[in-house]
Amino acid sequence: MNQWKNFTKGFIKENPVLVLLLGMCPTLGVTTSAINGIGMGLATTFVLVMSNIIIALIKNFIPSSVRIPAFIVVIASFVTIVDLSMKAYVPALHAQLGLFIPLIVVNCIVLGRAEAFASKNNVFSSMIDGVSMGLGFTFALALLGSIREVLGSGSIFNYKFIPAEMDGILVFVLAPGAFIALGYLIAIINSLKKQ
Amino acid sequence: MEYIVLVISAIFVSNIIFAQFLGVCPFLGVSKKISTAVGMGGAVVFVMTLSTLVTYLIQVYLLNPLNLQYLQTIVFILVIASLVQMVEIILKKTSPPLYQALGIFLPLITTNCAVLGVAIMVITKEFNLGEALVFAVSTAVGFTLALVIFAGIREQLDLMGVPKGMRGIPIALVVAGILSLAFMGFANLV
Repeated sequence: MNQWKNFTKGFIKENPVLVLLLGMCPTLGVTTSAINGIGMGLATTFVLVMSNIIIALIKNFIPSSVRIPAFIVVIASFVTIVDLSMKAYVPALHAQLGLFIPLIVVNCIVLGRAEAFASKNNVFSSMIDGVSMGLGFTFALALLGSIREVLGSGSIFNYKFIPAEMDGILVFVLAPGAFIALGYLIAIINSLKKQ
Repeated sequence: MEYIVLVISAIFVSNIIFAQFLGVCPFLGVSKKISTAVGMGGAVVFVMTLSTLVTYLIQVYLLNPLNLQYLQTIVFILVIASLVQMVEIILKKTSPPLYQALGIFLPLITTNCAVLGVAIMVITKEFNLGEALVFAVSTAVGFTLALVIFAGIREQLDLMGVPKGMRGIPIALVVAGILSLAFMGFANLV
């Protein structure tokens, strides 16, 4: 397969969040700001790349009837590594993302790529696929995080561009704003796709 | 009294879907008809209670005494996955009608992050066993409530003239946002 095509597919054409509609929970839950979105995206990317590599390496040794539990153990191990490392080195971000870090384990994107791609392809393609899907996920989260941060608190990457005494449209950093902003974002992508 | 507060806050104030964004995938996936929404809700109540009970006991009597807390994520997800499988097999043998009603939803529940989320939440909130069970049941009831309301709205939505780009998931997300706004009205209840 053409590796460049393999690499670019995750950003727009097969973007895991905006087109394939996978991994909705972290997408909605952590995107109160652009930084949180990027942090969550990179943590997921690491898990995705590493588990894709390992699964592509061991795919021939796993009987197909127990492949799903085996994949989950591999994924859960990397999630634990990410969880503990983030707790040690970036405790502030870890506290912000909270429950959603251990929940990377049940993110459909990770298991989905393991099952649909890494278990059928070689190590190098699987690694590229992991990077592509992970960065596509990060891109979607950063985009949604930026939109919500700009509208909700009038700032971008924690830099406030409206006067200090003014507030943003608070609803966008609260729960309802997540659903509504993502709904419109997907609607825009859908109508762009049809043209 | 404490339990009543716990129940109300888990169902309404911090609803698992509208306030905490856990279990959004099945929420969007199986909410096209009220009947499937009720089936899924029933399966979630059942599995969430059972898995919270088992993971709680494992955490308290196995992981804590042996100082193995860092294995929490791996152990919990494996326990939940095998539990779901076991429930499926037992139901199939012992209660075919119940299996008919819940069967097809059970495999979907393994990847429902709400189940793992609640199992981890009762540990981090340091609940005792009674509180943990009440919390699990009422969270699952909150999930079911959200799912059934949402399915009812989506059934109506099928008959509406929705703009092309908004059809399907986008309009569903906007509806969920408005519902979430409604649930924010419960914020000062407890």
